[in-house]
Order: sequence, then structure tokens, then C-alpha cells
Amino acid sequence: MGQAVAFWIMAVVIVGAALAVVFLRNVFRAALLLILCFIAVAGIYITLSADFLAAVQILVYVGAISVLIILAIMMTRGGIQKGSPANKLRIPAVIVAAALLGILIYAVTTSTWYISPQPPLTDTTGPLAAKLFSENGYILPVLIGATLLLAAILGAIVITRENKENKQ
Amino acid sequence: MTIGLTHYLVLSAVLFCIGLYGALTKRNAVIILMCIELMLNAVNISLIAFSSYVVPQLLTGQVFAIFVIVVAAAEVAVGLAIVLAIFRHFKDIDIDNINLLKW
Repeated sequence: MGQAVAFWIMAVVIVGAALAVVFLRNVFRAALLLILCFIAVAGIYITLSADFLAAVQILVYVGAISVLIILAIMMTRGGIQKGSPANKLRIPAVIVAAALLGILIYAVTTSTWYISPQPPLTDTTGPLAAKLFSENGYILPVLIGATLLLAAILGAIVITRENKENKQ
Repeated sequence: MTIGLTHYLVLSAVLFCIGLYGALTKRNAVIILMCIELMLNAVNISLIAFSSYVVPQLLTGQVFAIFVIVVAAAEVAVGLAIVLAIFRHFKDIDIDNINLLKW
């Protein structure tokens, strides 16, 4: 019962905030509502008893990615006058998105999923660490992910650095 | 009415399609990146829902969601760096005006 109430509150908040992100004219308000959407997604993770992922969602999305996005909005102020206008593809995009939504909902509701009778793990941090870092777990993807993050950081620094030779 | 796997998957589909619409129609490059983040969050919701309902003791979907978050963080860092570089060069982040690769 409590899970149902929490799910519906979070679902309404997520969908409303996402619609506001897409349809608001003010870019900064859209970014703030995107943060609200991220927080509600963390709540959805909690209703799925994924406590560690909820914490990661708060840390990475609400803490880091939102700050990056707001920083980018502030640094590119004046780049576009009218806020966040739509381009000429509006009608086809509505058709594509609605068709995809219809197909997805049809596929999800008509297929029969195997639902496990076991209850989900409630304390996921230790088992997740055991899965990620054990010998027969996901240690190689973890290392590749670390390399990817390092490459992304270096790439971001190189791309945003002012090119001194081109200045004069 | 109890909440099942279908509810989470439908929520994920709705969020994904909202993000898809925004990514296709917006002209502001930062808003497009924000909509891509919405789509990645929708994918994470469905992964964790599958993990919690189909293999509740294995956490496989949660491991995948962690990797999705890692790649999303890398993507948004590089993406916003590219947006800043484009803005510095063109004084504009309207995607419709940036057509260097169009021929």
C-alpha cells in the first residue's frame, strides 16, 4: 500500500517535471525541474528497494550532472534569445514519440513477464560491491568504466581549453 | 491495486518518449543534453524494475544501471564541453544554425 502511494506520487512528479523540462520556455527553470525529476527518480529506486542506486542517483545526477548543466546554461547565456524554442520537426517528432510510446505500452502490457516469487534484497550495498569487485563478477567492466571516466575528463579539459595559437 | 512490473515499465516508456520528443524538437543544445539525460533515467528505471522483479536476489540490472550512470556522467561532461566550445566559436548554441557538417 505504501509502495503504491509512493509510486504514484513519484510517477506524477516525474512525468510532470519531464513535461515541464520539454515545454518550459525558460531554460534555467527547465534545469531546476530536471533536478526535481532526478530526485523523484531516486524515490522510484527506493520503492524498488534499490537503496544504493538511489544514493548514487542523488550524488551523481542531483549533485554533479545538474551542477554541470546549470553551469553550462549560465556560461552560454545569450547564445539563444528566445529560451528553448522548437524547430521545424515538431509534428513529425510528436508522431514518432507517440508511435513509440504506443508500441512500447502495447508490448509491455501484452507480454507476460516472469515475476520471481522471492522478495528483493533490501540491503543492496554489500551484495552490489561483491558483484562488482569479485573475481567472477564485473571487475573488468569496472576498470573499463574507470578508464572511460578518465578519458572523458581529459577530453572535456582539452575541448574546453582556450586555444592560445588561434587567438592572435 | 498493487504496483507491479508493468507500472514501472509504462512509467519508463512515458519518460523515454518525453525525452525523445524533446531531443528531437529542441534547438537549444543544453536542453537537448537534458532530454538525453531524461531518456537515460528512463532506461535506468526499467533496468532496476526488471532487476527487482525478475531476478530479485541477483542484482544484475542494478549493476547495469551503475554502468549506465557512469557512461551518462562521461557523456554529459564531454557533451557540455563540446557545447561550450561551440558557443565560444559561434557565440550561439542554436543547433539549427550550427551546420558545419551539412553539405
